[in-house]
Amino acid sequence: MTRVAPPLQRASPNLVNRVVNSIFEGFVSVIDRLMHPLQNMLGVNRMAYIFVLPNLIIFGVFIMLPMILNFSYAFTGGTNLFPNERPFVGLDNFAKLFACGNFLDANTCSEDVFWRAVGNTSVFVVAQVAFMVVISLITAMALNRKIILRGFFRSVFFYPVLLSPVVVALIWKWLLQRDGLLNGIIVSLGGERVPFLLDADWARVLVILISVWAQMGFFTLILLAGLQSIPSELYEAASMDGANGVQSFRSITLPLLMPTMSVVLVLALIRAVQAFDQVFAFTGGGPGTATTYMVQYIYSTGFSNQTREYGLAAAASVILAGALLLFTLIQIRVNRSGNSGAY
Amino acid sequence: MSTILSFLTRTRGTTRLSTTDVLTYLYLTIGTIIMFGPVIWLVLSSFKTPTGLIRFPPTILPYQQETIIVEGYDDPLEVYDVRFEDGSTRRLAQIRRVGIEAQMIDPAAPDDVIRVNIDQRTPVESIVFAAENYTEGVSRFNFGRYFWNSVVVTIAATALTLVVNSMAAFALSKYQFRGRNAIFLLTLSTLMIPLSVILIPVFLVITQIGWNNNLLGVIVPGAATPTGVFLLRQYMLTIPDELLDSARIDGASEWRIYLQIILPLARPALAVLAIFSIMWRWNDFLWPLIVLSRTEYFTLQVGLNSFQGELQVQWNLILAMTVLTLLPITAVFAFLQKYITTGIATTGMK
Repeated sequence: MTRVAPPLQRASPNLVNRVVNSIFEGFVSVIDRLMHPLQNMLGVNRMAYIFVLPNLIIFGVFIMLPMILNFSYAFTGGTNLFPNERPFVGLDNFAKLFACGNFLDANTCSEDVFWRAVGNTSVFVVAQVAFMVVISLITAMALNRKIILRGFFRSVFFYPVLLSPVVVALIWKWLLQRDGLLNGIIVSLGGERVPFLLDADWARVLVILISVWAQMGFFTLILLAGLQSIPSELYEAASMDGANGVQSFRSITLPLLMPTMSVVLVLALIRAVQAFDQVFAFTGGGPGTATTYMVQYIYSTGFSNQTREYGLAAAASVILAGALLLFTLIQIRVNRSGNSGAY
Repeated sequence: MSTILSFLTRTRGTTRLSTTDVLTYLYLTIGTIIMFGPVIWLVLSSFKTPTGLIRFPPTILPYQQETIIVEGYDDPLEVYDVRFEDGSTRRLAQIRRVGIEAQMIDPAAPDDVIRVNIDQRTPVESIVFAAENYTEGVSRFNFGRYFWNSVVVTIAATALTLVVNSMAAFALSKYQFRGRNAIFLLTLSTLMIPLSVILIPVFLVITQIGWNNNLLGVIVPGAATPTGVFLLRQYMLTIPDELLDSARIDGASEWRIYLQIILPLARPALAVLAIFSIMWRWNDFLWPLIVLSRTEYFTLQVGLNSFQGELQVQWNLILAMTVLTLLPITAVFAFLQKYITTGIATTGMK
């Protein structure tokens, strides 16, 4: 663990360094002696299996196996948790989700909440990602200029990324409540109190704004790194040729930032599709179903509703996983074309 | 005037501030208020008394009305400045209020009751930081227990994640073995699946192992992070194979190579993963909520959430406890800030 933190080592005197080093050296020798017979037995190349094994076991038991189980849940019915007690029902769960009189009107579906969640998620994803990318890009460009207090501003814009969803929701609930700071400002300016948390339209907008608030620091940093990798000579040459700011933005910044932008776009998309805890802690999906998204539908169908319909939840999660897989494939393709280009 | 302006607009070089610079600073200042203001507001609010919290419109600093103990009255009396019709003002203590009339006394002469209109009085206030929100919160909220659980989970899980992921990344980046591509693709394909989607089956697995209400059930499942393996593998690919080969010629075993060559060289990527892992684990909510149902195993986030349910109106305690949960992660950020800002940029996303 000590190896991860060089600043500590630099600050400490040589003695501490030597002690740490000799402890580590001793540790290495012990491991070395223990593992030597194994390596003699397996040979150098097959040692790879030993290295990959711990990760593979945890991965297999807690990610792969559950995913397979989830798949089997999607095709079985009943309310039992144990897979062997669940009767096979084929595509019934999917049929129930897709039972709609008219796909453009959620009210005609038997699982209307699911379709409302799909609709809400689509609107949320498009609006949130667009806003996130634009605001992160503007911030990154501002932070990329020669400014004083650069480190301070960079930290400030990153700070909300560190906050837990529970805390983010709590902070904003506190600000936006009926007697909160924002309503206080509105009233002292002569306005009327706004029921931020009770109005469906406000809730939809606020959920987007708050998730951008909480996540934009991360994307700003990635974009900032992309901006910094653009050689400054290009801008100097452009300004010598008489290009103005807008022109050099369009012909230098945007094209050279494209690979980074596509990474940001896809990461933001995937995160937006997965949106759950923060929204859940902030609005609980309400008012009504105004901010109920797909993951919350899965969570409440499988975990918190009176009748726990694991099959239905699993079917919905298979559909969601399909959508996410699609985005991942797009990312891999985009990455490939991006890598051959600018990197 | 022009000298002041030129002083204010002077930058480190010789050039003056351009319009773009002004706009940049304006944007960053407004941004700072929006990004950091809510957190400052949380901290300021956490020092207010319950009566200070329900004031509307809210005050920025935690004001509290002064009270005075007067002989003959059991409770401390609220102090007001009262303006009389002749223009004089006196500082009086209020005994009781009846309709629009308040009965006041002078603390120096507590026997004469003075009746005044309530419009004539203004409360005497001073800034008081209500530290009792913190002390009372800590004792009622079992902060120590939750804090300890969170620390154990965060440190153990981060250590486990670093060891397990770096070993796997080493194998995937430096060896040719059968099944390598299959393992790597499998890892990649699950990169995007949120835990919340496979919540039910993971819960089933945990129950079968018997890790309900056990911190291990929170620590272990998330340790094989696809993100971590991917990030470390990409970084280790840049370490030249010749280094490993020459170490092998010198008789180093594979474990020695992993511990003494790969790990030190992959330090920047490990630091980024460590920071992310600390952040994920400290802030993790949904997973501990499902695994842990006995309060003695609660982590801070779960505790904070149930605390909100228990004490629906006691915002002063909730806000104070929220601030306490923020402190450790803020401290980690302050110390490792350089790694985060440069690390995400250089290793994370390439």
